[in-house]
Amino acid sequence: MEDIILLSHGSGGEQTRKLIEEEILKYLGNEILEELLDSGIFNIEGRLAFTTDSFVISPIFFNGGDIGKLSIYGTINDLSVMGARPLYLSVGFIIEEGLTLNEFRRILQSMSFASRECGVKVITGDTKVVERGKGDKIFVNTSGIGVIERDLDWRGRKIEEGDLIIINGGIGEHGLSLMLQRLGVKVGEEVKSDLAPLNSLTLPLLSLCHGIKFMRDPTRGGVAGVLNEIARKYNVEIEIEEEKIPIKDWVKYASEVLGIDPLYSANEGKVVIIVERGEADKVMEFLSKHELGKEGRIIGEVKGKGNRVYLKTRIGTKRILDPLKKDLLPRIC
Amino acid sequence: MKVIDFVEGIKKISKKKINIMEFCGTHTHEIFRYGIRDILPENINLLSGPGCPVCVTSEEDIDYIIFLSEKYNFGIITFGDLINVPGSSESLNHLRAKGKEVIVVYSPLEAINIAKGNKDKNYVLIGIGFETTAPNLAYTLIKIKEENIKNLYFLSLHKLTPPAMKAILDRGEIRLDGIIGPGHVSTIIGRRGWEDVFNRYNIPFVIMGFKPEEILYGIYLLVMNIENGKPSLINAYKKSVKEEGNEKALEIMYKVFKKGSAHWRGLGIIEESGLILRDEFEDLDIKRIYPMKIESKKNPLCKCGEVLRGVLKPIDCPLYGKVCTPETPKGPCMVSSEGTCSAYYIYGRR
Ligand code: SF4
Repeated sequence: MEDIILLSHGSGGEQTRKLIEEEILKYLGNEILEELLDSGIFNIEGRLAFTTDSFVISPIFFNGGDIGKLSIYGTINDLSVMGARPLYLSVGFIIEEGLTLNEFRRILQSMSFASRECGVKVITGDTKVVERGKGDKIFVNTSGIGVIERDLDWRGRKIEEGDLIIINGGIGEHGLSLMLQRLGVKVGEEVKSDLAPLNSLTLPLLSLCHGIKFMRDPTRGGVAGVLNEIARKYNVEIEIEEEKIPIKDWVKYASEVLGIDPLYSANEGKVVIIVERGEADKVMEFLSKHELGKEGRIIGEVKGKGNRVYLKTRIGTKRILDPLKKDLLPRIC
Repeated sequence: MKVIDFVEGIKKISKKKINIMEFCGTHTHEIFRYGIRDILPENINLLSGPGCPVCVTSEEDIDYIIFLSEKYNFGIITFGDLINVPGSSESLNHLRAKGKEVIVVYSPLEAINIAKGNKDKNYVLIGIGFETTAPNLAYTLIKIKEENIKNLYFLSLHKLTPPAMKAILDRGEIRLDGIIGPGHVSTIIGRRGWEDVFNRYNIPFVIMGFKPEEILYGIYLLVMNIENGKPSLINAYKKSVKEEGNEKALEIMYKVFKKGSAHWRGLGIIEESGLILRDEFEDLDIKRIYPMKIESKKNPLCKCGEVLRGVLKPIDCPLYGKVCTPETPKGPCMVSSEGTCSAYYIYGRR
């Protein structure tokens, strides 16, 4: 019989100890975590960035990644777009009993790979097991701390008319590939999430271009969501052009079939950048040489005062790009 | 030809003041998404019809589903936006928040796995949609029978498009000069599927695709047809729509379903406008097991019915944009992204 995770794995007794020492430490261990104290203790100097995110995703293994990688990269990306170099993470697991030990190992392995790749350490954690039916296989929470080197902090720079809006590649891939997978559609290899850690892109870019005024990863709510947040927070009107937005063919096709606009669909390896016009070429030049930026494009600009986002359609008409705060569901028609 | 050429072409030939109705939610959505109303000459008035399956779901049907869950503890398995449609007082989303089992699936076949995995609970799969989705559900029903699954029942809210079109034309509340034929539905029923409507009302009718250039090309043909006074039924979406439609899909659909009456929001009960289960499938038919005796209250302020018939525009509804938005829909037309109120709200504001 296949080994599965049981309620007793979360009860704090012998089985919990085994799970932590023989599984979790094996994959995520480092000198701080291995002390197994109630807190991870460390020194950092400088201005810190601190963030947290919870990951609930179905299926937990998907084309282009899994919940393990997602939970590491997601937090790395939240730090990286703020100009912070990610250093330490905490990880909390809420496991629904019945998850197989092999599935859990695959997740740990993938977290181990992801954290090594990004040069971060998991220094504290927690594991709880809930009854069958009270969770969805596994939920993961990660928090992360990073340090911001002084001139990478873009927060004080003012967004103004004429600034340009850039995205580092095709939009909507994470959301739409997951939806196709949930639908059980047989898809080709190219159909996968864009999940990727952005630290190797955003940090060098921010030190290269001090004209970058804003960065955010457009996850839930998509590019349209992020642009609307910017418009409202900074009181600017934004206009983007449909024809300039990079979209892979399969995304275009899937979005037509499902009736879901890729502008609202989630991304996990993309960043929306606002840069002053004079430095846009420098950004584009950098992106063109970076693995995660090759398909980058300038998609629009800041138009002046306001609080709305407009889209110029490919047939030349112009309309509002609404922030649409509701779940995306495939159409029934 | 480019979009702009079609627009110029339309401007050149269009003289009369005309009303054109699109009958498909995807057309409504795309027309708004591309701002097509804005580039057409003012004498062309585009109206949206009852072409979004979620929007035409009646309060009674939602109340009945809630009743099945609350009274008999059925697990509800359904699709997409249906869970947000308000019944008399609540939606399925509320029901779920109160702890009842409401599962949204992406594919009807998932229902089979759910039922198999939870043998001690009874489930109802809600089938919704027009001719485009019905064949898929029909296939699922055949599977349920084949696999002899005993705890999964079926509620058909499936509706047929041509009868709704007839109902609107028969009411005569609005003068229609031309009809934008639904592309998706036509791939199933074919150009032939519209002959009956066309012969009866003799209104120019063009089946068209969903890309902006396809829509504008279709409108161009429609205007030409209206202006020259010789109505015809044209298939301008030949790459997907065949004369006879998709015969295989129709065959499986009518193997499982037959025509029966259906309750449309805004239009009431229309005979032969829905798909009900054939007698061979009666043991799966939840309505035969628990006949529906529901008296629903309608929200008197919601003008969805009038909107679906093209009589009112969403902006004429007192709730539009104030109380009723896509986040807090008060009527089904604001729920689905294909709904007219939602399209107005999301794409139509200035
Ligand atoms: S705006 Fe809302 S309340 Fe008014 S007709 Fe549309 S759906 Fe009904």
